[in-house]
Amino acid sequence: MSIEVLGNCIGCNKCVVVCPFGAISMVNKKAVIDLTKCTLCSLCVSVCPVKAIVIKREVFKKDFSEYKDVWVFIEFLDDYDLLKMGEIKKVSFELLSEGRKLADKLKNKLCAVVLCDVNRDYEKILKEYGVDRVYLIENKDLLPYDTEVYSACIVSLITKYKPSIFLFPATYKGRDLAPRIAANLYVGLTADCTGLDINKDGLLVQSRPAFGGNIMADILSPNSRPQMATVRPNVMKVEKNYRENVEVVRENTKITPDLRRVKIVKRIINPSSSSIKLENAEIIVSGGRGMKTKERFEILFELAKLLDGCVGASRAAVESGFIDKKHQVGQSGTTVRPKLYLAFGISGAVQHIVGMKNSDRIIAINKDPNASIFSVSHYAIVGDAYDIATKLIDRLKVLKNRG
Amino acid sequence: MRNIFVCIKQVPDTTEVKINPKTGTLIRQGVPSILNPYDHFALVCALKLKKENPDFLINVISMGPPQAKSVIQLALALGCDNGYLLSDPSFAGSDTWATSYALSMAIKKIAKPDLIICGMQAIDGDTAQVGPGIAAQLAIPQITFCQEIELRENKLIAKKHIDDGYDIVETSLPCLVTMSMPKDFELPFPSFVDIVQSLSKEIKIYSAKDIGADENLIGLAGSPTQVLRIYPPPREVKTVYIKSSSVEAVERMIEIMRNENFIK
Repeated sequence: MSIEVLGNCIGCNKCVVVCPFGAISMVNKKAVIDLTKCTLCSLCVSVCPVKAIVIKREVFKKDFSEYKDVWVFIEFLDDYDLLKMGEIKKVSFELLSEGRKLADKLKNKLCAVVLCDVNRDYEKILKEYGVDRVYLIENKDLLPYDTEVYSACIVSLITKYKPSIFLFPATYKGRDLAPRIAANLYVGLTADCTGLDINKDGLLVQSRPAFGGNIMADILSPNSRPQMATVRPNVMKVEKNYRENVEVVRENTKITPDLRRVKIVKRIINPSSSSIKLENAEIIVSGGRGMKTKERFEILFELAKLLDGCVGASRAAVESGFIDKKHQVGQSGTTVRPKLYLAFGISGAVQHIVGMKNSDRIIAINKDPNASIFSVSHYAIVGDAYDIATKLIDRLKVLKNRG
Repeated sequence: MRNIFVCIKQVPDTTEVKINPKTGTLIRQGVPSILNPYDHFALVCALKLKKENPDFLINVISMGPPQAKSVIQLALALGCDNGYLLSDPSFAGSDTWATSYALSMAIKKIAKPDLIICGMQAIDGDTAQVGPGIAAQLAIPQITFCQEIELRENKLIAKKHIDDGYDIVETSLPCLVTMSMPKDFELPFPSFVDIVQSLSKEIKIYSAKDIGADENLIGLAGSPTQVLRIYPPPREVKTVYIKSSSVEAVERMIEIMRNENFIK
């Protein structure tokens, strides 16, 4: 495993500037890489105009022909009652919809992995989203969720049935469980993916943002199976895809009581978080620093109410104290995919854009015609955000009174 | 003595990262390296436990290039006892699997852990996978995304995030926890005197050989994931500009929202 600068280096300095670790210097107009600083992140390889930097990887030729099918872990809502199973979470349907496309490309089956206390005909719901087969473990000791119990059950399913791809939601639960499984199996796991595809070699291409959303990386796990990924909620679109028949494979996995080493003493469900529900909102009225003051920002609540939507915010608005952090949209807040996203006075930092650019319709209002938010907006209104928001409220009120 | 391990990472301050709009590449110049804020909070939690339980020894461990020593120095100045840096060109290119393997091998070599505290994720990669990876390698329980932790006898109690709220959970030591951070938490920095005094504490540097790591399981060779390419986030929307008066702009908005059935 090594990195090397070839003789065709033209000394253009692009790699020196781009290296996040300051590992490259120019000596006699040739790039020299300091191996004690280099982390082989490959940024220099991607900017080199003459392909003079190469990372040499050893290519394992392993036989993975036994591994097939696309699996999705089905996550359920947490209930206040620890011994009660909630409904299937929306993110599970998002993953199934995406998994169906991957399975079609590979001509594989789409399989759902369901761990539950009692099967409530889950296969009937799942087959509406393109599921061909359900791997079902039914056991009352699966409640409440426990990392090691779930990990043990899933590892046993994987070793027995050998999936090629396994998707988990990038929720608190999925991000707790998937790395434990991947570590135990010594397989590749890519976190918080926002895009998935199959390349010409039949490998899963996993796209994810890094450096706070400033760059995207495509990641492969060519030498291990299953290829595991956690997928960010609200990025993939839910698409129904009815199946006539669904096969149910029941596994009687034994769960020994001493496997459960973490005890839940008490559960607190936030009443406030359910009233906001930004991630499920169909219309979001969002504001940024361009709203100028807290008082001015607050008119967005009135606008959201008129439109039957929720209020979102940029990090700048949160940091300026206009609104609570739980309304923040973006890389360090909530990722949203509403039908309509209105952005008032948001300049469009990358970290905000990655959290909202998948919205179906984006209308942005900003007085700067070069604001970055416009590059992802369908409609760019150049003007004063507060002025337009107040006028829009007045217009909507008139319409409402008339209707 | 009981041993707490805190795993920390030096990261570029991603809030300072800018993009060259022409090439779409990161502008690295002038971006400071900092201690990952979640790891910084993990140190705060470890120091609080030590205050209440003086029999704890806090071992700080990081993996990275030699300049990552500075974040360990910061941890020592804050009051941690021992500092270790895993630094070896053969660690380069380690993904989360290979990193958790190396860190777990180092922990095993240094002392039997009673408690391992990690930040929930690093702000440069945002993976949150190394903590659970270490717990799996060491076969100890994990509690992820904790907001608060405390010790009662030999039990660790944690308040951890779940999607719609919190769980209060407990487990016996040894275990691993990963910390998220309460909002508006003010991270402490050491005084000048603390920094000067900490300079006498030695930071041990370990190579892959020193920790007995299998060279096939570290670095790029040992990493099951491979970065295929890095590129600027794609933008593919066709934007319609509306540069009329505010009254007309509002009429256009009403028209758009009406056409698409957002309003009647």
